[in-house]
Amino acid sequence: MKLPLSYIARNLLTRKLTTALTAGGMALVVFVFATVLMLEEGLRKTLVQTGTWDNAVIIRRSSGTEVQSVIDRNQAAVIVTAPEVAYGADGEPMASKEIVVLINLEKRGSAKPANVVIRGVGAKGLALRPQVKLVDGRMFRPGSSEIVAGRAIAERFSRAGLGEALRFAGREWTVVGLFDAGGSGFDSEIWGDGDQMMQAFRRNVYSDVIVKLVSTDRFPAFRDGVESDPRLTVEAKRETVFYAEQSELLANFIRILGLTLSVIFSFGAVIGAMITMYAAVANRTAEIGTLRALGFRRRSILAAFLLESLFLSLLGGAIGLVLASFMQFVSVSTMNWQSFSEIAFRFSLTPRIALQSLAFAAIMGLLGGVLPAARAARLKIVDALRAA
Amino acid sequence: MRAGAEERPVVEIRNLAKSYRRGDQVVQVLRDINMDIPAGDFVALMGPSGSGKSTLLNLIAGIDTPDSGELRVDGTDIGGLSEADLAAWRAAHVGFIFQFYNLIPVLTALENVELPLLLTGLSRAERREHAEAALAMVGLSDRLEHYPSELSGGQQQRVAIARAIITDPTLLVADEPTGDLDRASAKEVLDLMDRLNDELGKTIIMVTHDPHSAERAHHLKHLEKGVLAD
Amino acid sequence: MESVKLAIRNALRHRLRTGLTVLGLIVAILAFGLLQTVVDAWYAGAESASNTRLITRNAISLVFPLPITYRDKIRRVPGVTAVSLANWFGGVYISEKNFFPQFAVDPTTYFKLYPEYLVPEEQMKSFLRDRKGAIVGRKLADAYGFKVGDVVPLRGTIYPGTWSFVVRGIYDGAEKGTDTSQFFFHWDYLNETVKRTAPRRADNTGICIVQIAAPELAAEVAGDIDREFKNSLAETLTETEKAFQLGFVAMTEALVIAIRIVSFLVIFIILAVMANTMAMTARERTSEYATLKALGFGPGFLSRLIFGESLAIALAGGMAGIALTFPVADAFAQRMGTLFPVFNVSRETIWMQMVAALVVGCAAAIVPAVRASRVRIAEGLRAIG
Repeated sequence: MKLPLSYIARNLLTRKLTTALTAGGMALVVFVFATVLMLEEGLRKTLVQTGTWDNAVIIRRSSGTEVQSVIDRNQAAVIVTAPEVAYGADGEPMASKEIVVLINLEKRGSAKPANVVIRGVGAKGLALRPQVKLVDGRMFRPGSSEIVAGRAIAERFSRAGLGEALRFAGREWTVVGLFDAGGSGFDSEIWGDGDQMMQAFRRNVYSDVIVKLVSTDRFPAFRDGVESDPRLTVEAKRETVFYAEQSELLANFIRILGLTLSVIFSFGAVIGAMITMYAAVANRTAEIGTLRALGFRRRSILAAFLLESLFLSLLGGAIGLVLASFMQFVSVSTMNWQSFSEIAFRFSLTPRIALQSLAFAAIMGLLGGVLPAARAARLKIVDALRAA
Repeated sequence: MRAGAEERPVVEIRNLAKSYRRGDQVVQVLRDINMDIPAGDFVALMGPSGSGKSTLLNLIAGIDTPDSGELRVDGTDIGGLSEADLAAWRAAHVGFIFQFYNLIPVLTALENVELPLLLTGLSRAERREHAEAALAMVGLSDRLEHYPSELSGGQQQRVAIARAIITDPTLLVADEPTGDLDRASAKEVLDLMDRLNDELGKTIIMVTHDPHSAERAHHLKHLEKGVLAD
Repeated sequence: MESVKLAIRNALRHRLRTGLTVLGLIVAILAFGLLQTVVDAWYAGAESASNTRLITRNAISLVFPLPITYRDKIRRVPGVTAVSLANWFGGVYISEKNFFPQFAVDPTTYFKLYPEYLVPEEQMKSFLRDRKGAIVGRKLADAYGFKVGDVVPLRGTIYPGTWSFVVRGIYDGAEKGTDTSQFFFHWDYLNETVKRTAPRRADNTGICIVQIAAPELAAEVAGDIDREFKNSLAETLTETEKAFQLGFVAMTEALVIAIRIVSFLVIFIILAVMANTMAMTARERTSEYATLKALGFGPGFLSRLIFGESLAIALAGGMAGIALTFPVADAFAQRMGTLFPVFNVSRETIWMQMVAALVVGCAAAIVPAVRASRVRIAEGLRAIG
């Protein structure tokens, strides 16, 4: 294409209002597109970070979630003696037999309820999750009615802050510490002593067992061992995989709804670009004729208008992306349909999402510009010149 | 002006015909045109509205193709060229001067003049040099960075002329070059065209209504209803 | 009304541009309507709640059960006219993708409390006779092709094992907004199996449904019920059925808010497109406006012309968009199956679509109308556009 880029860029500046409105429409569409991808990525990141690669979660076969799973004391005892389970410095297996339930708590300031995960952990519960760090207060004392809360829960829910107390299962549970789980799902949980929880809830069965493996490549052997053991009716998953799967339904819903919306909206933006470019061609008909007369080929004209549309859409795309990047300051908390519990996560912008958004913008620009550019290229020189 | 009856005319037209479709009707705009234009000539094509003079000019300039007949410019039968070849041919052989100047509004005077050179292999510096020289020739060295909207009609036409001569074309074709200008500017433009014809030997073919413009031409050709009147 | 005729003719001058704008409007209004309907669908459970039904659940959370003995105690609370129970089963039909709600209920009392579930008498009788029988909703039956007499296997997640039920009846909803995607079976069948496999979990239910004599008694009766069980093994929380349903919505509130915001975004997008169209059109006609002014037409006339054209386009697109909302919503509901059991386009939604179209039509015309009314005749006549 022999026409200079400055020609294309300056044409966009001549009609400022039109350029602004067309790019503005594009920006909004790209904003929605990028935000949806960022939401999905944020959700995935949260759940993937929940868990370490060498831990395994053992739940009752087919129960789907920790809350619905039941593992009795005998089964739990068998599981922790598996040869692939690592041992701590104290000679005890690195395992935590846990009870996981949901309690209904009120949000601060709105009295709207949500289900929050309460996890009664074993002695090694904290050690098994190196990404969870106590940031305020102290750990609960074993054998007491003390609990520690994830930061997201302490901020969001009434009476879940440091020094406050929650009442459930006929007892008062005092929050003695806050933990930070690095943006993973554990941030939305409250932890306490497993045995105390079981007493309070009048259960003598666990929900699941978490173990640390000697090394991560021992997982297949571990899984085959526990799943084929006739004394057990369990299934084992890597901790990371387990939590990632928990978000699948929600993540898929977000992605499908979001992308469908983006495609529908892109229709509007493409139409906007088409209208603008058709008008540009109509206004510059004499100019097109002149350029053709001077010897510029049809394909140069085609390319010039396509590039103009592309510039327009990339401008809009960049603006939309910048706007979307501000969403990173917003945190979302909603109920995860599979686990039925509250989960907090953020919007996460990655270079890949930025590129996908700009590519989306570019496609919109090309689609909007192709028909008008073709019309411009197809003009007969004498007809175009007559328009002057 | 160089003499020589053996010298080949720069434009040779034999039995040229052209028609247009207007809806269902076919309008015969040019019938059986025969004409020769020697090199270095300054010809004015005149005639009433609808006589086909602009069509003839378009054909000679290579921006339209004839239905039948022969049309040779500088030896080349341009009637038979493909669109791509015709475009390249125009870039090298024709300079255009339009009634409404047809400058690109978003380009400066200098950028407008260098436009035809973008189709050549010249470097940016070389293009600039040529464009500046052309603008100097038309007396607008002090308006290089001005946009067309900042120039008067006469100045714009002079920029257009600079653009027309920058590739040193075989022909200059002008369609009502003074049609939109006041008396003084028109005179300036016509003086310029005279100089191009006298000093540089440029062959000029001009369509005009204006008697002052017609005066400057060396030969007048009249067209009436698609045929040349003798 | 010459200006109206002129406005419409003007709109048709530039057929491609007008056509594209109308198309854009149709898509935008349609999308807007669909999104609002999705939000309504979210609240469908709360909308169809009865104001004489209360739900009693374990105060800790729905994860914890209530002893079955509570049913009789609740029945004795003044103001209560009937009590039934329901237990969420959470089974999987073939694969996790085929989600629909399944409840173990007390059949003799449950369907009396939910008169909006219409079951033919014969089918109800055969259901009551068969311990393993099930009553399924019309929408559910259509989605999976269940017919009376079919055997439906469910893989238990909360209650492990493979459970088989026989479809004994299909219920229809009394209203458009009634959920007919549910699967009901005998609580006794669940309980007797649980007694054998996990005896400690037996004789429990998820929720109790309480019918009260009059809606005004709701707060009082709820308080009485909860007081009855305070400091017991399983403290209760009783609330109106509407509040109970709204509780679920509140949990996914973030998504609902997001969808609402996005639905308004689409209106802004089309506003940008429409404003662009009108701005370009008005600019191209500057010399015409100047001519009209020279002839003596005032700025008011010009404004009416531009507003008229803008509104004509907006209404054309708006009407078509509204008309299309119905078939598209139906198609969407089909695809979503039992995920959105109730998916109806409400009257409010249509009003909002109408208003949106009008707002877009007006807003897009403001700047061009102001500019046109300010055109100075001499300058305008010289403009080429």
